[in-house]
Amino acid sequence: MKNYILKRILTSFFTLLAILLVLFLLMQLMPGSPFHDEKLNQDQRMVLYAKYGLDQPLIVQFFNYVKNMLKGDFGVSYSISKNTPISQLIQTRLPISIRIGGTAVFLGTVFGLVLGLIAAFRQDTIWDVLATVISVIGVSVPSYVFALVLSYTLGFKMGLFPMIFKEKQALISSVLPSIALSMFTTASIARFTRSEMAEVLGSDYMLFAESKGISGAALIFHHGFRNALIPVITVLAPLAADLMTGSLVVEKIFSIPGVGSLLVNAIQSNDYNVAIALCFLYSAMYIGLMLVVDILYVVIDPRIRLSRGEIHL
Amino acid sequence: MAEEKEKILQIRDLDITIHTAAGSVHAIQGVDMDLIRGETAAIVGESGSGKSITMKAVMGILAGNASVKGSIEFCCYHEDGRREKVDILKQDKKWIRKHMNGKQIAMVFQDPMTSLDPTMSIGKQVMEGMIWHFKMPKKEAWNRGVRLLEEVGIDDAQKRMKQYPHQLSGGQKQRVAIAIALACNPELLICDEPTTALDVTIQARILELVQRIQKERGLSVIYITHDLGVVAKVADYVNVMYAGKIVEKGRADEIFFDPRHPYTWGLLSATPDMNGMDRRLDPIPGSPPDLLHECAGDAFSPRNPYALVIDDKMAPPMFQITDTHFAATWLLDPRAPKVEMPKELKARLNRMRKEAREYGSKL
Repeated sequence: MKNYILKRILTSFFTLLAILLVLFLLMQLMPGSPFHDEKLNQDQRMVLYAKYGLDQPLIVQFFNYVKNMLKGDFGVSYSISKNTPISQLIQTRLPISIRIGGTAVFLGTVFGLVLGLIAAFRQDTIWDVLATVISVIGVSVPSYVFALVLSYTLGFKMGLFPMIFKEKQALISSVLPSIALSMFTTASIARFTRSEMAEVLGSDYMLFAESKGISGAALIFHHGFRNALIPVITVLAPLAADLMTGSLVVEKIFSIPGVGSLLVNAIQSNDYNVAIALCFLYSAMYIGLMLVVDILYVVIDPRIRLSRGEIHL
Repeated sequence: MAEEKEKILQIRDLDITIHTAAGSVHAIQGVDMDLIRGETAAIVGESGSGKSITMKAVMGILAGNASVKGSIEFCCYHEDGRREKVDILKQDKKWIRKHMNGKQIAMVFQDPMTSLDPTMSIGKQVMEGMIWHFKMPKKEAWNRGVRLLEEVGIDDAQKRMKQYPHQLSGGQKQRVAIAIALACNPELLICDEPTTALDVTIQARILELVQRIQKERGLSVIYITHDLGVVAKVADYVNVMYAGKIVEKGRADEIFFDPRHPYTWGLLSATPDMNGMDRRLDPIPGSPPDLLHECAGDAFSPRNPYALVIDDKMAPPMFQITDTHFAATWLLDPRAPKVEMPKELKARLNRMRKEAREYGSKL
C-alpha cells in the first residue's frame, strides 16, 4: 500500500512537470508579448526583456522558471498589476474562489447523494421521476443561467441575499454563487449515485446479505453504500477541481474577486507569468484531487488495495 | 416414525405474478411442495421454469413487483423446544428478516463470484449474521467464524478471515458462502444451483460438503438445479418444474427409474451419460414458453412429441402413481393411449439401475 501511494505521488509530480512544460511552450508560441505596447520602442523593449530574463533561450527560461517555482516564487506580473509577485496576487483571490467552490462541492455532493439515493430506493415512483427531472435540468442548464435566476429572484426581488459579492459579508454573499455553481455537481452526482446504487441493490451480494437477515440501515451502509460510492468518487474529483478553481462567468455575475476573472485578464493581456501560474494551479489542484481519489480508492476498495500494493496471500 | 416424517416446509397453491413494464408474468402457477425434516429435495427444471422464484418466495426476498398468493408453512422450533408453524407469506419483510432469514432458513447462491460482497472481508461477512441476530460479542463471533470456515474445509481459517473475496478461488468462495449461510444455525438450507458456476472437479466436493454438514447438523436441504447429475447424487425427493408448475414429483428412485412425464423423459434423455454407450444426446426441441402470455392447455404440449389433442385444450391434473409419486400428464389418464418412454432412455435407465445397485448409491 505504501508503495502504491508513493508511486502515485511520483507519477503526479512528473505529470505536473510535463504540464508545466506544455503550458510554458504554449505561452511562448502565442503571438504577442507582455510588452506589446506601441509607446515602447525596440530598445526599451529589449531592456525589459533583459530585465525579466526573456532574452535568454527558451530552455534556460524554463529551467529558471521551474527552479524559482519550486521555491514558491511564481514570478511577477508583467502587465496586470506591474511587478506584483504572483503569489501575492493569488493570495487574496484564491481563498475566495476556494471557499465558494468548496461550498458548492459540499452542497452538490450532499444534495446529489440524497437525490440519487432517493431515486435509487424509490425507483419508478414519483420521487424517482422528480429526482431525474432535477438532474436533467442541473446537467443541461449552464451555471450562469442559474446564477442570473437566483440573483434576480432571491437577490433582487426578495432581497434575501446580496447580488454582489461583498468581502465584509463574505458568508452571506457567497450563498447564491455557491448554489448556482453546485447545480451541475448535484445533478451529476445524483445521476451517478442513482445508477450505481440501483445496480448494487440488484446485485447478488445484496440479496445474499438480505438472505442472512440483514436489513435496514445496516444492509444499505455496510453492503450498499461502499460499493456504490466507488464510481461516484471518480466523478466527484474533476467536478471539485472545476469548482474550486473558480468559475469565470459566475464570478463575473456576482463580481467576485476570484481567480477566474484574474485568469481571463491575464490571457487577454499576455501576462505570461500570471496565466501560467493560474493554469498550473488549476492542474495541480486537479492532479492533487485525483491523487486523493486514488488513495481513497485504496481505503474503500480492497481489490485495488491488494492488487496494486502488497499482496499477502 | 411419525416424528421423523414431520414436514419442515409445506407450500400450497403458491401463485406468483410478476408485474413488469412488458406486462404481467404469471411465473408460478399453483405449486405444491413438501419437505420432510432432515431430507433433501431437489427442484429441477430449465432456466425460467420458476425454480428460483419459488425459493425466493420462501426466503421472502422477492422483488417488490411480485404479487404472491397461497401459503408457505414453515415449521420451526423455539429455543425452549416449542414448535410453531408459520405461514411465511403472511409475515411482513421485517419479521421474516428478523426471525427467518439466516436463523431458520439460509440460502447459498449460484455464483460465489457475485454473491459475496467484494468490499467486505470474509471474516466480517461470516460474523455479520451472528452479530446481527444474536448480538454476539465480536470476539466470540470471530472464533465461531474461524470454526465455521474450518467446518467447510477452508485451510488457514484465521488468515482467510482477514482476506477479501477476490483473493479466494471459486470453490473456496462457495465454501465461504456456505459457512456464512450456516453461521446462525438454520434448519433449512436452500442451495440455488450451488455448483453451476464452479469447475467440474470442485462440484462434487461442494456437494459432498453440503451432504456432510447436512448429516452432522440434521439440516433439511433444498437444491435448485438443472443438473440431474446433482439430483441423483443428493436428493431424496425430486420436483420437476416446467413453466411455473410442478409437472412431476416423487422420490428420487421413482423419478429416475420410473419417470412418467414426457418432460422428465426429455430431461433425462438430454443428460450426458458418462458410460458412452449411446453417444447421442436428445435435447428437448424448442424453448420454454414465454409466461407473459397465458396459454390454454398444457404449457409443454408444443414441445411434447407425445402430446394429445386434449393437451392443447386443458391443462392436465396431477395423477397419483404411488404414495409419493405424482405426474401431471394426460398420458396417465385411463382413457389415454398407452405410451412408453423412449427406448434409448429405457435402456439407459435400466443400465443406471444396475450400476446403482452395484455401487450401492443412494438410488
